[in-house]
Amino acid sequence: MALLEVKNLHVAIDGKEILKGLDLTVNAGEVHAIMGPNGSGKSTLAYVLAGKPDYEPTQGEVLFNGQNLFEMSPDERAAAGMFLAFQYPLEIPGVATMTFLRTALNAQRKKRGEAELSTPQFLKTVRDTAKILGIDQEMLRRSVNVGFSGGEKKRNEVLQMALLEPKLAILDETDSGLDIDALKIAADGVNRLRGPGRSFVVITHYQRLLNYIVPDVVHVLSAGRIVRTGGKELALELEARGYTEYQEEAAA
Amino acid sequence: MSADVTTMKTAAEAELAQAFAQAHGKLPGGKAVAAQRQAAFDVFAKSGLPHRRVEEWKYTDLRALMRDAKPLAGPPDAAAKALAKTAGALAGDLEARRLVFVDGAFVPELSDTAKLEEGLSIGSLADALAAGDRVLTRYLGRLAPGDDVAVALNTALMGDGAVIRVAAGSVIKRPLHLVFVSSAKSTASFVRSLLIVEPSARVMLIESHEGPAGSDYQVNAALELFAGDNAHVDYIKLIADGADALHVSTLGAAIGAKARFNAFSFIAGGAVVRNQLFLRFDGEDTVAGIRGATLARGQQHADTTLVVNHIAEGCQSREVFKAVLDDEAHSVFQGRIIVSQGAQKTDAKMMTRALLLSERAEADSKPELEIFADDVQCGHGATVGALDEELKFYLMARGIPEAEAESLLIQAFLGEAIEGIEDAGLRESLMEAVVAWLKMRGTKS
Repeated sequence: MALLEVKNLHVAIDGKEILKGLDLTVNAGEVHAIMGPNGSGKSTLAYVLAGKPDYEPTQGEVLFNGQNLFEMSPDERAAAGMFLAFQYPLEIPGVATMTFLRTALNAQRKKRGEAELSTPQFLKTVRDTAKILGIDQEMLRRSVNVGFSGGEKKRNEVLQMALLEPKLAILDETDSGLDIDALKIAADGVNRLRGPGRSFVVITHYQRLLNYIVPDVVHVLSAGRIVRTGGKELALELEARGYTEYQEEAAA
Repeated sequence: MSADVTTMKTAAEAELAQAFAQAHGKLPGGKAVAAQRQAAFDVFAKSGLPHRRVEEWKYTDLRALMRDAKPLAGPPDAAAKALAKTAGALAGDLEARRLVFVDGAFVPELSDTAKLEEGLSIGSLADALAAGDRVLTRYLGRLAPGDDVAVALNTALMGDGAVIRVAAGSVIKRPLHLVFVSSAKSTASFVRSLLIVEPSARVMLIESHEGPAGSDYQVNAALELFAGDNAHVDYIKLIADGADALHVSTLGAAIGAKARFNAFSFIAGGAVVRNQLFLRFDGEDTVAGIRGATLARGQQHADTTLVVNHIAEGCQSREVFKAVLDDEAHSVFQGRIIVSQGAQKTDAKMMTRALLLSERAEADSKPELEIFADDVQCGHGATVGALDEELKFYLMARGIPEAEAESLLIQAFLGEAIEGIEDAGLRESLMEAVVAWLKMRGTKS
């Protein structure tokens, strides 16, 4: 069944329409890649799904697990299984990483009517997951993302995803700013989480990431609409030929 | 034609004059102290209560804010003393030596003066004044600025307080806690304390103020703190007065050479609070941290006025003051760092930040640097703003509900100041107080 159904979605920011009738269906367990030129609306799609303020839909609807997404606050969406890996993860001075992780995890569990994780259980889960992702214990003692390199911040996003075990993970340009080794580690982290109960929307400008996270479906987003959908070979075609023809199409 | 203009006395000014006239002969102290009181009262009589046209009081117009002056508190009764048993809890369980004052009077039976550590002496100001204590007269009034009207009124009307002396080289491990409690009576108390820390001695002093909500009592407290060379002093002031109280307090401190001095002010109560700190670095190479956190809601008014005077060379001072304001609360921070001509190699940095949780809250910040030396590192910064919506969204996108996300960010904001407190237990107690305060948000206090 469809986990995510986006129907005729229009989104305007400061009066300017960015998404102009976007349709997208993601079934449980599928990995979709969304590729497109800069300014096509990729990040806007990610933010509107996660519920960022000021990213208000003007038309259309989004169903997440059959529920109207726009009636849910960002924390409710997260508890329902939505996860956005940020393109630019934020630094939060003064909020300890462990406090942040535990507060998030327990808030979600509480909302779902599950018991809070015990401290030893929580610590073990975090440590084990961090180890797999090559995240140093020392980093976990710092404030959220403070003093982290770009690559470390991205890996920290994957760590959060692994802990929170979402139904749908949206990766917003997780590859940007990563060297090839960091990219592999992040991709490994994502692949480990792949399974029948979890779907991914991988947003990227480049095909490179899709060598490591192999998608089931590839979409081309241009000027606020999905203009083409295909299999994983579409990504290679885009890499070879660029986005020029789609930009012209959009302008026409 | 010249008109003879005399400012009309306000009700509060007339009542203060009356209180002084009636109490003058009965207040503790001999002739010299009586003269000191009279001189201080004359300072007040000449200028009246400070108002918005007096620069130092521009944002805290005491003449307007103080509608009346309460009668001087009498000796505390049993009911008032009963209130004091659980007082001072804000500091947490530090196993401190408690010295309890109810309505401004020392209560020995609630205080712990047994088995004083070697080198520590503690007495009541009333006793010391009555006995004409030589040490006291040598120190009293040296550090609290006599031209400040709040201090002048304190000197004129001081009834009791603590006189504490730590002998040279003595390390007092157990913190001292001056617990000031006001009862439900609508009265005024004027307390004056002295802390004399001799060279190479170490001590931590907590001063807490509290009283019941619903009582419009008034407190005027002053502390003169002398820290000798190589001394290490931690001073914590906790202002948690009842929601209808008027609180004015002053610290006058002089710090010697190669000393460590940490001061922290926590304001989380009172209808009107004026917290004054006047510090002087008299000796070279001292390191000091002067910090504070203010929590205010409703129509609370909380003013912190700080003057740091670098007189000697090579001292380092860090000033960090944070305020979180909800509803129609109003905070004021006036911070002035003076670097005297001889104070080369001074390193002073002051930061004040206010977080407004409501559109009707107001924060006034006035940082000032007055530098007369040419080889110094000084700076200041001031910000006033709302919670960062981007950070809040990041937290919420991870499943943290809005109220909890805001609470985390506010704790982080105040943490920067509170982390400067050396004692871990006290840091935790204050963070707990912050969390408790945040839980009250949105509910009518």
